[in-house]
Amino acid sequence: MARSKRQIQEINAGSMADIAFLLLIFFLVTTTMDVDTGLMRVLPPPILEDVPPPPPVKMRNVFVVLANSQDYLLVENDYMQVEDLKDAAKEFIIGKPGNPGDERFPEFKASQDPLIVKYFGPNYPISKQIISLQNDRGTSYQLYIAIQDQLAAAYSEARNDVAINKFGKTYNELKDSKSAVDNDKAKAIRALIPQRISEAEPKEIGG
Amino acid sequence: MQIRKKGKKEVPPVSTASLPDIVFMLLFFFMVTTVMRETSLKVTHVIPKAKEVAKLERKSLVAYIHIGPPLKPLQSIYGTEPRIQLDDAFALPSDIPTFVESVKSQTDEAEVPLLTYSLKVDAKTKMGIVVDVKQELRKANALKINYSTSKAIDKASR
Repeated sequence: MARSKRQIQEINAGSMADIAFLLLIFFLVTTTMDVDTGLMRVLPPPILEDVPPPPPVKMRNVFVVLANSQDYLLVENDYMQVEDLKDAAKEFIIGKPGNPGDERFPEFKASQDPLIVKYFGPNYPISKQIISLQNDRGTSYQLYIAIQDQLAAAYSEARNDVAINKFGKTYNELKDSKSAVDNDKAKAIRALIPQRISEAEPKEIGG
Repeated sequence: MQIRKKGKKEVPPVSTASLPDIVFMLLFFFMVTTVMRETSLKVTHVIPKAKEVAKLERKSLVAYIHIGPPLKPLQSIYGTEPRIQLDDAFALPSDIPTFVESVKSQTDEAEVPLLTYSLKVDAKTKMGIVVDVKQELRKANALKINYSTSKAIDKASR
């Protein structure tokens, strides 16, 4: 009989590619490949009423950055461009440990932090630096981000300098390293140069 | 010596049998990497650039707050001033505590402290509205924030 000789007919798979293409194009269109990046910050907790105000900070230890509504920058009572902010802030953060009498730079205090003692020896001087950032309601967001970026860069460069001098690795290498010893070193550097950016309660400075 | 056979010789057509396989491979790649948009944007923003950026990990633990001028078709109703968008609707700074609570209630309790609030703000926005949002976030105890910025390509240094 003819039937027994006939083979089972295969399903034509030629249109499979078309179907797959259709799906592919759908996913190509809907997909968003952008990796979200940004500047991470932690806001200060809300002010409680019954908590006494913190002790005043000596003006010498504060690096004041003001931005007005015309997007002009006043840094330590001097007009400044945003691009120069990083170097100025870095100079301030590092300070002058050898010359504590210099009034332009922050004071130092000897540290008893066990991690710092472990890696840097006892009584290692720590700067009491604080960076105070105040902006007007009319300041542009672009400038604000530029300032935040510059200050973050100043801190990471200051940390890197210490890390390379002391451990021969950059701060990020230490922080992202798999070894716990390196992570400890990164922690010590973080304790040595803590990122202290204080944002004042918003005000209308005007200008 | 003659190796090749004489006679008519045609170039055989390229087999397209493996085409579906290749397309399927691409398809699976996109299916796996794709993240469906959860909200449709009603505001436009050109996000500022910065160098010291960090990657946002674990997108399920990120809540977005968009600030920027409304989209062109909506400008006749909402004006051109920057507005806040939470989820799918325009909002006022005073709506933020409710938004924070709803985000927190949708998250596993153990992971609430890891929640990050990503501020996607147009570069030309004035700080006033951003400051209001930050104050509301503080009041709602949503302290981990992230200023969304794209990575600037570093030309000058290093």
